[in-house]
Amino acid sequence: MVDIREVSVDELRHLVSDRAMTGETMLLNMGPQHPSTHGVLRLLLELDGEAVVNVIPDIGFLHTGVEKTAESKNYQQAEVMTDRLDYLNPMGNNLTYCLAVEKLTELDVPPRAQAIRVILAEIQRISSHLLWLGTSALDLGAMSMFLYCMRERELALDIFELVSGQRMMTTYIRPGGLWRDVPVEFETAVRNFLKAMPRRIQEYEDLLEKNEIFLDRTKGIGILTAEDCFQYGLTGPVIRGSGVAHDLRKKQPYSGYDLYNFDVPVHPEGDVYARYRVRVEELTQSLRIIEQALNKIPFGPVRSNNRKYVPPPRSEIGVSMEALIHHFKLWTEGFTPPAGHVYAATESPRGELGVYMESNGTAKPYRVHLVTPTFSNLQAVPIMSKKHYLADLIGIVGSIDIVLGDADR
Amino acid sequence: MSEHLQNTLTSMQSRHDVQVEEFRGEFTLFIKPENIQKILLELRDQYDFNVCMDVTAVDYYPQETPRFHVIYQLYSMPNNIRLQVRTRLDGNSPKLDSVQHIYSSANWKEREVYDLFGIRFTGHPDLRRMVMPEDWVGHPLRKDYPLGYEEVQFSFNYDEIMINKPHPKD
Repeated sequence: MVDIREVSVDELRHLVSDRAMTGETMLLNMGPQHPSTHGVLRLLLELDGEAVVNVIPDIGFLHTGVEKTAESKNYQQAEVMTDRLDYLNPMGNNLTYCLAVEKLTELDVPPRAQAIRVILAEIQRISSHLLWLGTSALDLGAMSMFLYCMRERELALDIFELVSGQRMMTTYIRPGGLWRDVPVEFETAVRNFLKAMPRRIQEYEDLLEKNEIFLDRTKGIGILTAEDCFQYGLTGPVIRGSGVAHDLRKKQPYSGYDLYNFDVPVHPEGDVYARYRVRVEELTQSLRIIEQALNKIPFGPVRSNNRKYVPPPRSEIGVSMEALIHHFKLWTEGFTPPAGHVYAATESPRGELGVYMESNGTAKPYRVHLVTPTFSNLQAVPIMSKKHYLADLIGIVGSIDIVLGDADR
Repeated sequence: MSEHLQNTLTSMQSRHDVQVEEFRGEFTLFIKPENIQKILLELRDQYDFNVCMDVTAVDYYPQETPRFHVIYQLYSMPNNIRLQVRTRLDGNSPKLDSVQHIYSSANWKEREVYDLFGIRFTGHPDLRRMVMPEDWVGHPLRKDYPLGYEEVQFSFNYDEIMINKPHPKD
């Protein structure tokens, strides 16, 4: 057996105050298997009674070495791993990865594929926000919320199953377009979803906004200023909850987000409640985007016609020699983008999700680096939770919507 | 290219020893490793690059001699532009000045680079491993670090494989 190394408090001396060394304050482990840490996050707490003096987050329990593995796969194979990073946002991860590959190879994406990408990315945002709403309200004692949110999340997952055959690890968005066109039932399914959601969102708001306990535990808790957000590189609902209207869908539109009308919800308070409001209002905005995209979804191909990067359709392989060669080359060797490096970023439900991709002209990426929102946002937990009580820490950790697969990669 | 970025790049070129590269509409500023703090501070305070989105590195072993490139992805919130700052770093006990007092977000990112590439950031207050176990030996994202795999253990060869299993402590 491997012997277990013991970590003494001396090694963490530089992180805790002197009072911890004399035993005046208490050092306490929260996690890695604590239900309110939403995964395997370990928080080393320094407590003065019930008050939090310092928080030292410890991540890496879900580290799977995706970046190292990606260097040994070709571009199509490496995409499959991006689903597993932020497992609540597989469509968004695929999209970001594909945008990076498309930027590197200068691939064009047909308008139909772009519209479907937007619809799916927004449904994914809704399903991610629903899971966040359910679990973080559960942490704060609103138990019924969890059941309602999971019920509606099923509708979103059913749509993913319809288009890709998978509920979660979809890999539906591919470099140059989509895996294949959506089935005919897609439009009805999305319309039903659009019809059901507004009333349900109203229900969630009614359940929480009149809940005294929820309001007491969120208002004025975990305040972040805009300056903190810039310093710590925070993005997404966290920065919008601190009064900064930063949304990459508006500021650096990708996939045709500039074609749709939507608002960016901003709340200036910077507390847990503001972040909750931002996310709930984003649900409605996402529905608006989906409806507009669905109404003017163009007809046409869903994959780029560039045969050097995108495999030909099955029907062509039987009649065209070139198509057969391209098919064979793409599925054995893969494609070879020109040497260079790009950075592509999208607005994931949690913030800016970036892919830094470097190619050396071979079929395998030389370096793939994933800039994930949870990793940045978790860094701000210590400054948010100082001087608060231990019970508030639960709400604060919940309010930044952590997904540990996203942070550890 | 936006006007602000143009101004930033021209004035950086005139005042410091930097090279500018462009690829797919993204601009990269190559700087000398000893100037990293000075230039990032200048970019933050005078050119409004107020957010550091990412710090990462790339290993070019064995084909290039300054083995590492350390990459900073800067973003200017008021001007909505991105700029990449890169510096070349020798592979022989690589060291770079920490920028975590300029951008607090660099704190964990530098820890991650230290963990996965073995680049030490001088002046960093808490340079521990970020994602790998703290007793791990080696830095996995270096190109000379093998990808590795595990032999499948069956009941007949369980002990044999267990004995020969490479362990990070060895």
